[in-house]
Amino acid sequence: MHYAPQPLHIPDGFLSVLVSIVFWLLTAAAVGYALRRVGKDLGDRQVPMMGVLAAAIFAGQMLNFSVAGGTSGHLMGAAIATILLGPWAAILVMTCVVSVQALIFQDGGLLVLGANIFNMGVVGVAVSYMAYQTLHRLARGAHWGPFAGGFIAAWLSIEASALFVALQLAVSRVSPANIAIPAMGGVHALIGIGEGLITLGALAFLYRARPDLVHAGDERPVKGRLIWAFGLLVALGLAVASPLASSNPDGLEWVAQQAGFLDAGRASPFRLIPDYLLPGVSNHALATILAGLLGTLIVFGVTLLVAYNRRARQAPD
Amino acid sequence: MHIHFLDPFQPRQSTIHLLDPRVKLALALAFILTTALTPSEAWPAYILLFALVFSATILSDLGAGYVLKRSALALPFVLSALPLIFTTEGAPLVSLSIGAWSLTAYQPGLARFASLALKSWISVQAGILLAVTTPFPDLLVALRSVGVPRLIVAVIGLMWRYLFVLADEALRMLRARLARSGGAGKAGLRKGGSLVWRAQVAGGMAGSLFLRAFERSDRIYMAMLARGYDGEARTLPLARIRPLQWLTLGVGLGILTLLLVLAYLI
Repeated sequence: MHYAPQPLHIPDGFLSVLVSIVFWLLTAAAVGYALRRVGKDLGDRQVPMMGVLAAAIFAGQMLNFSVAGGTSGHLMGAAIATILLGPWAAILVMTCVVSVQALIFQDGGLLVLGANIFNMGVVGVAVSYMAYQTLHRLARGAHWGPFAGGFIAAWLSIEASALFVALQLAVSRVSPANIAIPAMGGVHALIGIGEGLITLGALAFLYRARPDLVHAGDERPVKGRLIWAFGLLVALGLAVASPLASSNPDGLEWVAQQAGFLDAGRASPFRLIPDYLLPGVSNHALATILAGLLGTLIVFGVTLLVAYNRRARQAPD
Repeated sequence: MHIHFLDPFQPRQSTIHLLDPRVKLALALAFILTTALTPSEAWPAYILLFALVFSATILSDLGAGYVLKRSALALPFVLSALPLIFTTEGAPLVSLSIGAWSLTAYQPGLARFASLALKSWISVQAGILLAVTTPFPDLLVALRSVGVPRLIVAVIGLMWRYLFVLADEALRMLRARLARSGGAGKAGLRKGGSLVWRAQVAGGMAGSLFLRAFERSDRIYMAMLARGYDGEARTLPLARIRPLQWLTLGVGLGILTLLLVLAYLI
C-alpha cells in the first residue's frame, strides 16, 4: 500500500554485465570486512539488533510527508542507521534491507544487486559517517553538532548514491553522462532535503527520549577511520568528478575504454559468425517470425500440459 | 490492520512451487544473466526468453496475468534510458524543434531503448516468479547454499520475522497522524502545518519507530538468551538436492546456453 519504490534502485538490464560483476566484487569485499568488524563491536547481540533495525528501516521507508502536488518525501535510512549503529553494522543493515527489497519486492534487480548495495549501503553509509563524525567533532559537544551532522549526512547519502547510479548508468552506456549526472544529481539534491528533514526530526526525538543512543559516537572513539577516509574520498571525488564527467562525457568514455568495458557496454559487442546465416534462416525478419512461432508453440504446449494435468487431477473425484 | 499482504508468496501445488528453492534461485539468476548478455536488438531471442518465463508462469498455476500485472510496477526506471533515443546517432526518425533547439529521434536509438526496456521487463518477471512461488524460509536456504555469509542470512531471517510487526507499527502511526493532521498525500484534504513541520512530524515518527525497534531488539535478545542463544547463528544442514531436480537444473541451464548462442548467431 504505502510501499513506494525509489528511483535509486536499478532494475536488471540497465547495467552492463561487467559493471554488475565489478560492483558485486566491491560489495563483497566491503561487506566481508564489515562482517569481521561487527563481530567485535556488537558481540552476540548482533543478530537480533541488526535484524530488528533492518526491519525498522524497511518499515520507516513507508513514513512519508507530503511536499507539493502529490509528491512526498521518503526515508532511505542509511544516515540514521549509521548514526545509531555505527558504520560497519549500518553497512550490514542496509545490505539486508536492499537485498530483501530486490528479492521479495523486485525493487532493484538481482544481477545488479551488488551495485545497488554498493550505492545505498556502502557509499551511503560511508559519506554519512564522514559527515556526521566531522561535524560532531567540529561542534565540540555543542547541541547543534549532531543535528547539523545528521542533516548533512542524510542529504549527502542520497546525493552520493544518486551520483553513483548516474555514473554506473553512464559507464554502461545507458544514459549519457552529461544528461544522467545533472538529472540524477539535481532531482536527488531536492529529495535529499526531505531525507535530511526526516533524519533531523528523528534525531531530535531520539535526543530527548534516549540521548545515550545519539551520543554513541562520543563513547566509541575512532573505530572507523578507514570508512571515514573512504567517505571523504567519495564525497570529494564526486564533487570533482561529476561536473567534469558531465561537461565532458567523452572523458568518461575514454576511461571506460581504457578499463576495457566500453565493449561490454556496446549494443552488440560482437557476432560469433559475421554474415553467416543459419541454413534455412535467411534473414533477420524470418528469424523473428520463427522465434515468434516457436515461442507460441512453447507456451501453447505448456498450457495444454497444465490443462491436461488439471483435468486428470479432477477426474478421480 | 495487518500487513500480511506485503508477503508476495502465493501457496500452490504446482511444478514451479515444488522445485527445490536452490534450483529455482540458480535458474532465475541464470535466466537474468542470459537476458543481460543477449545483445541489443536480438528480437527473436527476446521472444524466446519471454516464451520461457511466460511458460513458467503458466506452469506455476497462478494464471497468465498474475506476473504480467505486477511486472509493470518496475518500469518507471526505463525513463533513465530515454535519452538513448536522441543520442545514438543513425537514421533520423522524427525531428522536433522547440524554439531555438531541436531534438531528433534516431532509429538505432529507438531500437536500443526498446531492447533495454524489453530486457528489463523480461528479467523482472523472472524475479517476480521466484518471489511469488518460493516461501521466504526456503529462499533463505537457497541464499545460504549460494554462499551468502551465515550472519547475513540470519539477520535477513530475523528482519523478515519482524518486518510485519514493525510495518504494522508504522501503519498505526500513519493512521494516527491521518486522524490528527489531515491527509499526508490525499488530494482535497488540507495539509496541516508548514512543510518543515510536516517533515518534523514524519521524523518524529521515524525516531519513535527506531526507538521501539531498539527496545524490542533488547527484549528479543533477552528472550533468545533465555533459550540458550550464544551468539552463534546455527542452522540445520542443507538437504540434498534430488536427481530429478539436478536434471531440471541441467536442462534449464542447457536451454539458456543454447538461447544465448542462437542470440549471437542470428
